[in-house]
Amino acid sequence: MLALTILIDGVVYASWLFIVALGLTLVFGVLKILNIAHGSFYAVGAYAAASFVGWFTTLELAPELSPVAMLLAAVAVAALLAPLTERGLLRVFYGRDEVLLVLVTYALFLILEDVTKLVWGPTPYYVSEPYMLFGNVEFGTLSYVGYDFMLIVVAVLCGLAVWWGLNRTRVGKVVLAVIHSDEIASSMGVNVSRIYTFAFMFGIFLAALAGALTAPMVSVQPGLSVGVIIVSFAVVIIGGLGSIEGAAIGALIVGLARALAVHTWPAAELFSIYIAMAIVLVFRPEGLFQRIQARKI
Amino acid sequence: MPAVNGAKLLVEAFNNGTAPAPYDKKGFGGIQIEPIYVDEAGGATKQVQELKNLYDREKVDAVVGYVSSGDCLAVAPVAEEMKRFLILYDCGTPRIFEERSYEYVFRTAAHATMDNVALGRYLKAKNVKVDTINYINQDYAWGHDSLKDFQLTMEQLYPNAKTGQDLRPKFGAGQYGTEISALLQKPASVTHSSLWGGDLQALMLQSAPRGLMKRSQVVLSAGDHVLPGLGDKMPDGVILGARGAYGLMSPDTPLNRWWFSEYEKKYNVYPVQAPYRMAQALLGLKLAAEKAIAANGGKKPSPEQLAAALKGFSWESPAGTISMAIANGHQAIQPTAIGRTQYNKEKKRVDLVDIVRFPAECVNPPADMKSEEWIKSGFKGAKC
Repeated sequence: MLALTILIDGVVYASWLFIVALGLTLVFGVLKILNIAHGSFYAVGAYAAASFVGWFTTLELAPELSPVAMLLAAVAVAALLAPLTERGLLRVFYGRDEVLLVLVTYALFLILEDVTKLVWGPTPYYVSEPYMLFGNVEFGTLSYVGYDFMLIVVAVLCGLAVWWGLNRTRVGKVVLAVIHSDEIASSMGVNVSRIYTFAFMFGIFLAALAGALTAPMVSVQPGLSVGVIIVSFAVVIIGGLGSIEGAAIGALIVGLARALAVHTWPAAELFSIYIAMAIVLVFRPEGLFQRIQARKI
Repeated sequence: MPAVNGAKLLVEAFNNGTAPAPYDKKGFGGIQIEPIYVDEAGGATKQVQELKNLYDREKVDAVVGYVSSGDCLAVAPVAEEMKRFLILYDCGTPRIFEERSYEYVFRTAAHATMDNVALGRYLKAKNVKVDTINYINQDYAWGHDSLKDFQLTMEQLYPNAKTGQDLRPKFGAGQYGTEISALLQKPASVTHSSLWGGDLQALMLQSAPRGLMKRSQVVLSAGDHVLPGLGDKMPDGVILGARGAYGLMSPDTPLNRWWFSEYEKKYNVYPVQAPYRMAQALLGLKLAAEKAIAANGGKKPSPEQLAAALKGFSWESPAGTISMAIANGHQAIQPTAIGRTQYNKEKKRVDLVDIVRFPAECVNPPADMKSEEWIKSGFKGAKC
């Protein structure tokens, strides 16, 4: 029973983490940006979901529609903030030192922290209604909230959609071409600039979606962004920056390591994530699924 | 935010001279108060810098602040080194004055030992059967100290009770699914937590639907402040403290009636622990400042004069008498209360019932003993 509990807890945690990390790794894969502000988009997604669900409630629509409100919130965040950020800020720094882009996204992270406070204030928001929509699931003596399993389904759907989109569609193949070499893709007539905006927007959508899905489980208030960005960085480093499979395996490793620690050695919970990362990096310094890259000599 | 709201309300009342006697002199002894508000977010290093800015750039005469125990531990030595006046109004770790002494630093609220001793005494007073205890406390100064105080208290009051799970999630974890499974897998008679703020709200939202409160008696050392926000999402029957006789457990006195109603009127919500603690800090500071001003011939006192006036002082607050009785007159003790949650459908709010009140000397260590030593001695000299 303990092993099953660890497995369920680990996979539930990994699902949430995967949705965040998938966006992070996608943005890195396409734009080569380590986007520290990803955590802020997650937080904005949570706030937007709180607002949208609240708005739905005032319209007296069926509570079952509240997940639609959460999805719309994530779409709205991506549609509004991603072009503004990518075209208005990041584009200015393309081609410069990668470290500079890290600093720019860190600055953006700090700015968005204050912007969320400015827009939504410091008072917590609660939108717990959707949390109970999926009932409870019993496993032996343990009771789980059905919402947790819905998270697993969403994570799998997101992973499959991104994988299918990249590997089985024309747009995806164009994106892969840009990932491989933006210069060659550009010379072949690909509008690289548009691909960048599209990829960034989808990455931000995933961050905002993860935030929106988290909103019913927590009180939405300042500080949401910090914890998530640190642990999702651990995931993408384990999996290999830019790799979808890596993000999935990385999230599973982190989720299971954390669950194992909490159930068997709680004091080592935080340590467990980083020891897992250290072990992987000893044998695979560039992560589990880092693509082989051509290097200019 | 509720603490700042409380401060704004009181500073305005002080400056207008509209607070009830003996707090009705305008400002501090006629000197108008110019408040500066600084956000505590950002961690201990940032707070040390902010504190220095307040003293050096803003030239403030006194700083009242800090919720986080980690921040308090960081800023107290800095104020002392700069020889500037500082009141820690909220943070709970007993270590501040038990590990070193200060001349310029004060804490106008009781530390976390009171909260955990009171919880233990409440369980005993209500004949709650305790065979095993699970713990979930944050992995930083506040969580560790609260855990230790409650464990030591239960060793005294329930010597046969055994520890089950001892979980220590990081501050701001947000996701507690795994911890809740661990608590449910080995349910204990009592589950103790000192989680607060967003962490406590998340724990309640995630654990209630999974039936944690049905399998274990949950006790929270600092839980009152989440009640207005959670409303009917807060399960019935949770035993909790407010870190003082605050909010719905506050005493029926003229001063408290004024404070409670003014706050409720202005912010459309009743005051919980943070504004109460802010109020008792500002009320104490006001009287101490007026004492120091009088001793200084009506002029603004120096930090040394202000510190001398507050040292060992006592005053009436909305939550009862605050006495700077321990740590050589720098650390307050105060009465407290513990209650049990019960949702009131008519008022659409969580009420606290089965309230038990504890005098300050019953749940706080005496002046000559450290918290740990006092609990281990079987609460020597406690007046209950």
